[in-house]
Amino acid sequence: MKASRFAYHAPSTLAEALALLAEHGDSAKVLAGGQSLIPMLAMRLAVFDHLVDLGRIPELAGIDHQGDTVRIGAATTHTAVESSVDLARTVPLLARAAPLIGHFQIRNRGTVGGAIAHADPAAEFPAVALALDAQLETVSPRGARTIPAEKFFLGTWSTALADDEILTAVNFPAWRGRTGHAVEELARRHGDFAIAGAVVAVELDGDDRVRRCGIGLLGLGSTPERATAAEQAVTGTAAGEIDPVEVGRAAMSTLQSVPADLHGSADYRRRVGAAMVTRAWQRALREAHDG
Amino acid sequence: MDEVQIRLRVNGLERRGRVEPRLTLADFLREHCHLTGTHLGCEHGVCGACTVLLDGAAVRACLVLAVQAEGREVTTIEGLGTPENLSPVQVAFQENHGLQCGFCTPGFVVSVTALLRDNPDPTDEEIRAGLSGNICRCTGYQGIFKAVRAAAGNTP
Ligand SMILES: Cc1cc2nc3c(=O)[nH]c(=O)nc-3n(C[C@H](O)[C@H](O)[C@H](O)COP(=O)(O)OP(=O)(O)OC[C@H]3O[C@@H](n4cnc5c(N)ncnc54)[C@H](O)[C@@H]3O)c2cc1C
Ligand code: FES
Ligand code: FES
Repeated sequence: MKASRFAYHAPSTLAEALALLAEHGDSAKVLAGGQSLIPMLAMRLAVFDHLVDLGRIPELAGIDHQGDTVRIGAATTHTAVESSVDLARTVPLLARAAPLIGHFQIRNRGTVGGAIAHADPAAEFPAVALALDAQLETVSPRGARTIPAEKFFLGTWSTALADDEILTAVNFPAWRGRTGHAVEELARRHGDFAIAGAVVAVELDGDDRVRRCGIGLLGLGSTPERATAAEQAVTGTAAGEIDPVEVGRAAMSTLQSVPADLHGSADYRRRVGAAMVTRAWQRALREAHDG
Repeated sequence: MDEVQIRLRVNGLERRGRVEPRLTLADFLREHCHLTGTHLGCEHGVCGACTVLLDGAAVRACLVLAVQAEGREVTTIEGLGTPENLSPVQVAFQENHGLQCGFCTPGFVVSVTALLRDNPDPTDEEIRAGLSGNICRCTGYQGIFKAVRAAAGNTP
């Protein structure tokens, strides 16, 4: 289990990192926490001639809350997210999803940008980014751009990022008002990638109608998925009239490519997925209602 | 693909080495520093046998490149206690049947040391979650759980 040879670069600024990526093209790969890339290199599922380590670029880490937006630097670790008092209040889905990622030793190294750029369909943060309409800031030799989460995830481990493009930060909206948030997933053991899971954010208006709702799904497609049909069905409806089981069913109704593997058939995953949506919906709604 | 000169502190001592960038921190500790207490089970982040402290944080030494540890402080199992002077966590493992063959033990002891430092009074659930990143094929985990309870100075 040893990686093939590569050259290592440890730039101390973003500009240097970009220059290295421009120079080495698709033979170079960005290294963040290494908690997905290093195993892939060790198993030789991936081979690169150059690794560009983002770990020594201070400007990439940190959580910055301004107005209704929370900007999380790409190199911010899962542990920093988990222990942020601000995030627990402003983007509870992130704070609640973080402890479910791997184990604390993995979270001490793994980064928000890495988890999103890696785009594992069963990962938690990509599903949260989708459900909340996060905006992804990137930079490449061609300049900076912002990619909405809904345009970012193209397939398993595949994103809209170009080979020479670096994800620099992820902007999450802070939901205010009568809001509730919940993450539910089923994993065989604590810390394993989930078989299926759901993240739900909901806001109620003064009459207990659903003002808005975001439902992200993990482990239920080739990318993280958004349950748009289920969101539309509940929005504008009186919360008390919504059947939670129906929300789960609606969330599964539009899925195109539910994976099947050793851990479960596609049918099984759909049933688990529906149950996770139902549970997360109930918990989020209770929180929005009771405050 | 040139070798790189690195310098870091391991258990308080400065260590230098010329390493290939693909060398993991675990292999650096074992092969270059001859600190073979850091064990390698899976070499891809799953088993936890290779756990060390990097600037105080518990990490998988198989998922850190030695070059990434340049300028940093590493603590291995050898830095936590000696046969004559076991650490409190080591004593608790010994007294509570927390080990059998011992292969997984360095990883568990390093993880638990960090866990109790950051959370000296964990709930049972927090202990179980904290142990979830280390695999033991012998003990059935109950002795390990009891050892953590004992080390935390809290009998259930
Ligand atoms: C045992 C184990 C269990 C795990 N369980 C889970 C889990 O339950 N849920 C979960 O979500 N994850 C899990 N992970 C993965 C973990 O969350 C990783 O930290 C994460 O997927 C990748 O983040 P990283 O910072 O380590 O990135 P790296 O491994 O360094 O990089 C991953 C990929 O992203 C690219 N990349 C990284 N940063 C950037 C950037 N800023 N710009 C552009 N590209 C970038 C890299 O080039 C690479 O392709 C687990 C890992 C292990 C080893
Ligand atoms: S050898 Fe590092 S986690 Fe298994
Ligand atoms: S004591 Fe043998 S693997 Fe844990």
